[in-house]
Amino acid sequence: MNPNNSDRNGRPEGAALVTGASGGIGGATARALAASGWPVAVHFRSNPDGAAEVVASIEESGGRALAVAADLDSAEAADHLLTQVEESFGPVLVLVNNAGRRADGLSPQIKDQEWQDVIETNLNAAFRLTRRTLKPMLRARFGRVINVASVVGPRANPGQANYAASKAGLIGMTKTIAVEVARRGVTVNAVAPGLVETRLTADLPAGAFDQAIPARRPGTPDEIAACIGFLASDEASYVTGSVLTVDGGMSA
Amino acid sequence: MTTKADPQSAETVIRKGLEEVGADPGQINREASFESLDVDSLDLVEIAQIVEDEFGVELTGDDVKDLNTVGEVIDLVVAKAA
Repeated sequence: MNPNNSDRNGRPEGAALVTGASGGIGGATARALAASGWPVAVHFRSNPDGAAEVVASIEESGGRALAVAADLDSAEAADHLLTQVEESFGPVLVLVNNAGRRADGLSPQIKDQEWQDVIETNLNAAFRLTRRTLKPMLRARFGRVINVASVVGPRANPGQANYAASKAGLIGMTKTIAVEVARRGVTVNAVAPGLVETRLTADLPAGAFDQAIPARRPGTPDEIAACIGFLASDEASYVTGSVLTVDGGMSA
Repeated sequence: MTTKADPQSAETVIRKGLEEVGADPGQINREASFESLDVDSLDLVEIAQIVEDEFGVELTGDDVKDLNTVGEVIDLVVAKAA
């Protein structure tokens, strides 16, 4: 697909930014957005090789992509990252807050640092990037923010109090910001994946959860990316403040 | 990169911002209230953004929440830029 014209009817010029895009759901999402015509900034923190692979596969398919490194732990870092992307590709009009981490443990044993790190990456960083990108989105009268939440948060998962809090927070943030900016053509939504085969879940024993999933298998990154791609599309222009559950029926 | 916020340029930029968010150009004057122009809180956020880009003056949520008229915004921008 030619990234310079097709499927861009009426859409303002700009770019997509996917955080935590060096593999898994983020990598698949970067590829999906590039395939629908967006130049894509592929953010990574600790896996430059993974990010380079994602960029290479996008470029091989005729898309435009750029790997950008950042620790998203401060407003300055978020601003610096976005300035970098803007210089190459123009304003970020599609933001996918995907970067996430886990530090599991039963609550009595979760350390302050483990609590804070998870909230920082999964929730605080997503807010900072959203706040910063809303400015060009509001001006453009177009924007798509998609937060990668989880079925954990709205539902309990013992051993993940910090993760659940961060993802439930992300959903609350999604809904409120969606309402604030809806009249400017900016939509804010979340996807809530169930168990997906990625680096984040690589330590879980294979097949261990299949009986708990009606589909009898984990999801794939591409299956989540397809939903994110939909929420980013023109077709989803009237979908905002929603949470799209993608979990093989696990939480139905 | 930014320009100097004298009363004249502040008025020009704010007027342009108000028009951009949909205020009726014929109704915009120093005495006009945001309510009469149908300018809401999100519109003011956007105008604050335009002012910041143009003059490097940051208008916070606290700054704008008590403003009611176009003239008050112009005066605040000029005062903050001084």
